[in-house]
Amino acid sequence: MASYTPTVSIDAPRTCTGGNGHLPPRRYDADDFGPPSFDVRLRRARLGLVVGLTGIAMIFISFTSAYVVRQGLPTLDPRTNALLHDWFPVPLPRLLLLNTGLLLISSLTMELARRQAVRKTLAQLASVPGVSADAKEEISWLALTVVLGLSFLTGQWMAWRELAANGFYVSSSPSSSFVYLLTGMHGVHLFGGVVALLSAGFASLLRRSADSQSILVDVTGWYWHFMAVLWVYILCLLEFVH
Amino acid sequence: MGLVLLVVIWLITFVSTYFFIAKTWWLPTGASAAAAGIDHHFATTYLVMGIVFVAAQVSLGYFAWKYRERPSAPPARYVHGNNMLEIVWTVLTAILFIGLNLMSSSIWASERFRPAEPGATQVEVTGMQFQWYFRYPGRDGRFGATKPELIDASAGGESALGLDTTDPASKDDVVTGTMVVPVNREVELILRAQDVIHSFFIPNMRFKQDAVPGLAIHMHFTPITIGDYEVTCAELCGLGHYKMHGMLKVVSQEEFDKWLAAREAEKQ
Amino acid sequence: MAGGTGGGETIMATREFAAHEAHAHAAPQGFIRKWVFSLDHKVIGLQYYFLALTAVFVGMFLSLLMRIHLIWPNIHLPLLGDIKPETYLTLVTMHGTIMVFFVLTTAPQGGFGNYFLPIQIGAADMAFPVLNMLSFWVTALAFIVMLGAFFVTGGAPLHGWTGYPPLSAVPTAGPGEGPGADMWVISIALFCLGALMSALNFITTTLDMRAKGMSMMRMPLTCWAWFITAILGLLAFGVLFSAGILLLLDRNAGTSFYVPLTVFSGQMVAHKGGSPLLWQHLFWFFGHPEVYIAILPAMGLCSQLVSVFSRKPIFGYKAMVYAMLSIGLLGFMVWGHHMFMSGMSPYSAFAFSIMTMAIGVPSAIKTFNWLGTLWGGRIRLASPMLFAIGFVSLFVSGGISGPFLAQPTLDIPLHDTAFVTGHFHLIMGVASIFGIFAATYYWFPKMFGRMMNESLARWHFWLTFVGTYCIFMPMHYAGMAGQPRRYSQFTELHYLEKLIPLNTFITFAAFVTISAQLIFIFNLFWSMKAGKKASDNPWEATTLEWTTATPPPHDNFGGHTPVVYNGPYEYSVPGAPRDYVMQTDPATVAAH
Repeated sequence: MASYTPTVSIDAPRTCTGGNGHLPPRRYDADDFGPPSFDVRLRRARLGLVVGLTGIAMIFISFTSAYVVRQGLPTLDPRTNALLHDWFPVPLPRLLLLNTGLLLISSLTMELARRQAVRKTLAQLASVPGVSADAKEEISWLALTVVLGLSFLTGQWMAWRELAANGFYVSSSPSSSFVYLLTGMHGVHLFGGVVALLSAGFASLLRRSADSQSILVDVTGWYWHFMAVLWVYILCLLEFVH
Repeated sequence: MGLVLLVVIWLITFVSTYFFIAKTWWLPTGASAAAAGIDHHFATTYLVMGIVFVAAQVSLGYFAWKYRERPSAPPARYVHGNNMLEIVWTVLTAILFIGLNLMSSSIWASERFRPAEPGATQVEVTGMQFQWYFRYPGRDGRFGATKPELIDASAGGESALGLDTTDPASKDDVVTGTMVVPVNREVELILRAQDVIHSFFIPNMRFKQDAVPGLAIHMHFTPITIGDYEVTCAELCGLGHYKMHGMLKVVSQEEFDKWLAAREAEKQ
Repeated sequence: MAGGTGGGETIMATREFAAHEAHAHAAPQGFIRKWVFSLDHKVIGLQYYFLALTAVFVGMFLSLLMRIHLIWPNIHLPLLGDIKPETYLTLVTMHGTIMVFFVLTTAPQGGFGNYFLPIQIGAADMAFPVLNMLSFWVTALAFIVMLGAFFVTGGAPLHGWTGYPPLSAVPTAGPGEGPGADMWVISIALFCLGALMSALNFITTTLDMRAKGMSMMRMPLTCWAWFITAILGLLAFGVLFSAGILLLLDRNAGTSFYVPLTVFSGQMVAHKGGSPLLWQHLFWFFGHPEVYIAILPAMGLCSQLVSVFSRKPIFGYKAMVYAMLSIGLLGFMVWGHHMFMSGMSPYSAFAFSIMTMAIGVPSAIKTFNWLGTLWGGRIRLASPMLFAIGFVSLFVSGGISGPFLAQPTLDIPLHDTAFVTGHFHLIMGVASIFGIFAATYYWFPKMFGRMMNESLARWHFWLTFVGTYCIFMPMHYAGMAGQPRRYSQFTELHYLEKLIPLNTFITFAAFVTISAQLIFIFNLFWSMKAGKKASDNPWEATTLEWTTATPPPHDNFGGHTPVVYNGPYEYSVPGAPRDYVMQTDPATVAAH
């Protein structure tokens, strides 16, 4: 005998509109040892994301410390036995500013997508089976975010081409190495976010349930915002810290 | 089983302690000014940690035997801990450990916080796979320039260091494969490495310092006993790491002067 | 003394099971989904365990070859031929790398942690089962890549598990530093990803999935250990990953993060300006927490076992928790003690040494508390307890040499000598391994429904306990006498000749000890098929895994939800009907 028992509490709508993004208050749901409810799964996924972002942050913190150390490090010129500074900042292509704009806008569309997805799920959970939820046409903010994200990545690639055209390759100088390293690592992580969004977008094809899809979108949303902030941080580091 | 455990733990403890006390295998004879201080602090740490070692292992073995389950044994004591005891042993351990460290800090400071004295014998030590070279600045007291393009390891000596013979300061530089220094005078070392990280280790002098490519590291020590001392490499540097060794000869001041003069004369 | 089913006395209602298509707790069908790409944390735990078991035999074999070469440098071995000096260093490198990563960072956490954390906190599985499955397979892939390094041109690298550049960054620096070194870095990078994913799961599970009544301060100390280990892993593996990326770039993209202008056999490299010390800082920032990752789960288990087998609550539960937390926190502030001789500032060295002495304090506290638990107990010397007591002895021995190395003054003669090798082997290579053995003997009945053979276990214990002391205690003497690390033979230096007899003794002790591990392997596999059938709670322990069936059902508790009323160490409670009170027993309201 299978039965589906929704356990959405009145707390849930507050969290699902995104609001301030606080985690819902901890509740013992051990009375229900069946499948965890939507809000429990959402909370758990968000907790997992926070933990995961901490791990990712450590990667970029290490790169930052390598960057700072390398900048200040005088190296011994074996020819003269003298210490010299060999840090010459790379002039960054203006294209990066355009890319930044794209990414920030994509953060906006991502937020809209996130709210849209969770709202849809709540509507479905509260609806009577057999009668579908309001199916009015909405802009797929998700698709727009994917497009903007891919545009950002394309723009980054073009910025690399521009650097190379100006003679700055990954091995040209210590500062150029860091430019490629930091932008490249960020790009890889952002691409991961794009893949997650595509996976959510094609949820029905992958036979994933609607609430799993919205949890994925929600979590990817926060991840996306983190990537946007991280990008701004990287840009400031490269531009202003020498 | 409990008794066997006690016996084995106590036996291991006492046998290992015996070899530590008997100094069957021990630090080599100290021949530098710093050695006495280092060895003394070693002995202090030894004594303190040795007591802790024996006490902990003896208690472990004893408890494992004394509190073993037997029909006649009373039920275990239902106690969750003792906060006062926790505080006491935490504080005592902290005082012990940090105290030990602070005691040795003056030696560290005198070895590493101050530069070499003026008038010290200057020797530049260069490590490369798998050989140490030593360079003396000669009469002008200046080391000549070296250029990586001029390095020719197979030719040995000056070529191995890439000495730039066009530099006037190089004319009186003496490069050897054996390090010779006068006794009772501080030696200033400038440690360099050509390829990978090596480590200049003279066990009898209680001296060790990594030689890092890209750095010129200044260190000093003062030999106080005439003799020959083996020098090894103490940082994994490749397949020949085990045979990268050299010799330090500590001689009288006159002998050193004679030796150096002879080397300089060879160059003419 | 009857075993009895602890769970039977607890009042548990049988719930109906609601099927849900996203529900991970429906038992999988088919071999692939059940045993290969399983989402069940118990299966994944076993997969990690058997990966580690394979790795430990590879690692032991490598060390056997090392010990043979040291005593007989010119020996010609059947099938393998001569061991050249560079081959010896390859053995050193791969032995260290495989043991540290694929054994000590895999079995205690990925193996037993995965299996028992959810059960001990009353959860049905880990928070993210798919991620769990992926983390195992990424780790397994990393192991295959690591082994692959042996088979590429030039073979496996010889730069030590610590991989200091420029030796590890310049392909012409030595044999094996070509593609083999790239494979080594890639393997480690993959391992980092697997470890980060796993850490994410452990932390989320511990924080969010504890059963009703299971507050943090009622968790068994094993759970605390796994939790803190996961936090350390989360913060440390990202740093190693970054260091590895920079090394890969230096090796393959011509960058100079680590490599200054250097000359190999008269040839200048196409690098300049890099800092070898940068690698050391990044590596040891990871490396020091890593050694705590290797030991904390064993400490947690030791606390568990001394309590269970002394029939006494752990002495100072809160102190034990705070001690582990302090070890975790301080563990991030001591990395410079690996670099006293590196050319780092002597002032920094002093600061690091003070922090390092400080971290000795919580370790000492834990030892006092273990002794305090034994004191006044009723000790049952079953095989898990023998290994737990062995752990305490080995931890003390290995720990005592720490304060020598922590003081830079004393580190001058001891750094990079066999003294260091003895120190870390006693702690990681023996104590931590004893934790794995103890866990195996202890949890085998729960995992496989049978007991391991107790006589064979005792033989295994005695031979290993005495054998490992015979191997690693003498290394301290050799190190004090000046024997450097990573020397493929001792024939070139006059002052090392008198240490050859000592090294011979060590080699023979190694022969005996390694052979003794065959007893364990035989016992392990034989008992799975033919061991005495185990009851649900053969050790009469109180934690949640002993309240459920043996082996546990797919969702761990058979549709029930455990509710926790007591702490995890309620043994010999005055007035209680038996000398243990299950955590789920509501009848006895304990003081804690």
